[in-house]
Amino acid sequence: MTALLEVEDLRVAYGKIEAVKGISFKVDAGEVVTLIGTNGAGKTTTLRTLSGLLKPVGGQIKFGGKSLKKVPAHEIVSLGLAHSPEGRHIFPRMTIEDNLRLGAFLRSDKPGIEKDIQRAYDLFPILGERRKQAAGTLSGGEQQMLAMGRALMSQPKLLMLDEPSMGLSPIMMQKIMATIAELKSQGTTILLVEQNAQAALSLADHAHVMEVGNIVLSGTGQDLLHDESVRKAYLGED
Amino acid sequence: MNELPQQLVNGLLLGSMYGLVAIGYTMVYGIVQLINFAHGEIFMTGAFGALTVYLYILPDGTSMLIALPLMLIGAMVVSVTVAVGAERFAYRPLRGAPRLAPLITAIGLSLALQQAVWAWYPGAKSKISFPQIDGGPFHIGSVTIQTGDIFLLIAAPISMAILAFFVMRTRTGRGMQATAQDPDTAKLMGINTDRIIVVAFALGALFAAVGAVANGLKYGDIDFRMGFILGLKAFTAAVLGGIGNIYGAMIGGVVLGVAETLATAFIADVPGLDKLGSQSWADVWAFILLILVLLFRPQGLLGERVADRA
Repeated sequence: MTALLEVEDLRVAYGKIEAVKGISFKVDAGEVVTLIGTNGAGKTTTLRTLSGLLKPVGGQIKFGGKSLKKVPAHEIVSLGLAHSPEGRHIFPRMTIEDNLRLGAFLRSDKPGIEKDIQRAYDLFPILGERRKQAAGTLSGGEQQMLAMGRALMSQPKLLMLDEPSMGLSPIMMQKIMATIAELKSQGTTILLVEQNAQAALSLADHAHVMEVGNIVLSGTGQDLLHDESVRKAYLGED
Repeated sequence: MNELPQQLVNGLLLGSMYGLVAIGYTMVYGIVQLINFAHGEIFMTGAFGALTVYLYILPDGTSMLIALPLMLIGAMVVSVTVAVGAERFAYRPLRGAPRLAPLITAIGLSLALQQAVWAWYPGAKSKISFPQIDGGPFHIGSVTIQTGDIFLLIAAPISMAILAFFVMRTRTGRGMQATAQDPDTAKLMGINTDRIIVVAFALGALFAAVGAVANGLKYGDIDFRMGFILGLKAFTAAVLGGIGNIYGAMIGGVVLGVAETLATAFIADVPGLDKLGSQSWADVWAFILLILVLLFRPQGLLGERVADRA
């Protein structure tokens, strides 16, 4: 069986500065894979390249067996790869419901779209209560929920979440992580980028530690959670 | 002051023409943050497109009732071709370049288009008279509407309604709104933002073409420089209304048109200031209004202060 997503020797550069220096990993259908690491490790760059916003300078990306190298960003979504970006990037002057509808921009099955909007409201009841409100008025955590709900609206085969817990209160962070666990139990395939290593590793089937553009350590989530060097570097233990 | 209703109507008509052209500035700015200084020339080439249909395609003596819709189509075809061509060959290669580069390109393109028409269009080295609608003028109470303004009176509200419907209700319109708010995230939704940019240029050109025909009918002649001052006025209208906001463009146009008309009409009556009320001062009042807006409400009448994108 081939993996859903296969990244091989991926290299991405901003001008002359290489931000991702040849990383390889894969994501199988149904699993949660996480990339952890500090700021500037190249995690967000990796996700932005996978969704086509950045073009790689080298390496291969295969999604469902198809190379994504020449596919423009707006067509990658239609292949089943959805990206909830770092910093949430909801459309602030549109209502919550319109934000969700934009997540389904490429779909034309009206009843299915309505059903999935309802599903997003079931997942995040606060969004349903405020459906007609401008998205810019939501709190950070609520905006994160909206960004995740919006990404799910494209019915993705792979959901990429970039720093979903960034800047959130501990309670809100727990809620978001619980939702990711719930999505996982429903069978959603997730590629999760996090600075909160503890939470990410507890959820992940497979995990990779990134440092300055390289993957320096890989293993199952449980392995890394108990790895001494990871505990020292990322879990704040001496 | 029994002139007031008449002057208000004059201002409204003039202003809706500014508004039609202002839409192009505001849409393109809203999507790509470019002030397309060649938009005045997109308007100008539209007027020549309409004239070409009348002079060289339709048989002599065609009734204006038949000619006018065909002239409008001619204007639209030329304006949209020029605008889409400009986007494709002048602006798109500069996407991602520092902002100054496309701005200077726009100014260069504006001059190039003026000179091209001047050099190659038969008779364009001086003003060319534009076909007129017969009949009229029309009187409603104490207000007189010139025959040439009838087209504007009908076309401006219809254009606005079509635009509002397009932006608010169609899929492409929602894609435009999303692209204006956050282009990268719009791509993540599956929106082809390159296509949206072309649509913005094309739509702006369509309304400029309507404005161009209205302008020809209103003033009776056209020339290769007509896009310069009108372009500046329309840009003023766009800024006045809040650049990036399509309703702002129309409202800004109307406010500008009314202010300019009232200023010229009533300042002339003030003893000692009669010279300041002449037509040549109209532009001065318009640009003073622009300066005041930039000083006291830089985001425009309908503009909102938008936090920088994270």
